[in-house]
Amino acid sequence: MSNVVFERIQQEVTENPVVLYMKGTPMFPQCGFSARVVQILMHMGVKFKGVNVLEDPSLREGIKQYSNWPTIPQLYVGGEFVGGCDIVSEMFQAGELQQHLADKGIATQPAA
Amino acid sequence: MQDRPTETTQPASRAARIEACLRRAFAPEAIAVEDDSARHFGHAGYRPEGETHYNVRLVAAAFRGQSRVARSRAVHAALVEEFAGGMHALSLRLLTPEEAAAER
Repeated sequence: MSNVVFERIQQEVTENPVVLYMKGTPMFPQCGFSARVVQILMHMGVKFKGVNVLEDPSLREGIKQYSNWPTIPQLYVGGEFVGGCDIVSEMFQAGELQQHLADKGIATQPAA
Repeated sequence: MQDRPTETTQPASRAARIEACLRRAFAPEAIAVEDDSARHFGHAGYRPEGETHYNVRLVAAAFRGQSRVARSRAVHAALVEEFAGGMHALSLRLLTPEEAAAER
């Protein structure tokens, strides 16, 4: 995989506290697994950057190699890979995602 | 181990290969592999021939002391050929025997 793609990802996950590599956009997810993670993040009131891998085939493959993770979506917090849909869902249900974000100093605004 | 004798003359389904592979790799206490491809009809990654989307629940002592990401990576590594061969989505529920007992 070209350094260009890795550098792009590295920069993206470093400059943005919460990044979701997904299929589609947060407003229009094009995959049920991506949609579920978006739903969780929105429910928690987390500001995040959604990156649509369907717009760039080199990114779609590159993100899998960057994280050594074979599927999409992929959530990054504070530059670190957190997990895909299953892990994000499990962490959210266990209250661990909220804690993880708090530990990284990322604000959440739970729905009233 | 083979509890579907009527299928023995058929080429192994991907679900059967996944199960056999994970049994070898993790010696699980419990394993369930569900082919969920039909539910993703027409979605991204769907193929008319199916065998693209799977749900797996695996209970294994090997997961003790491992993070969620580490457990998933171990399963992904065991199934790398299935990903290379067109498997598109793999939903995982990976538990230690203790976690599985607490779920009940």
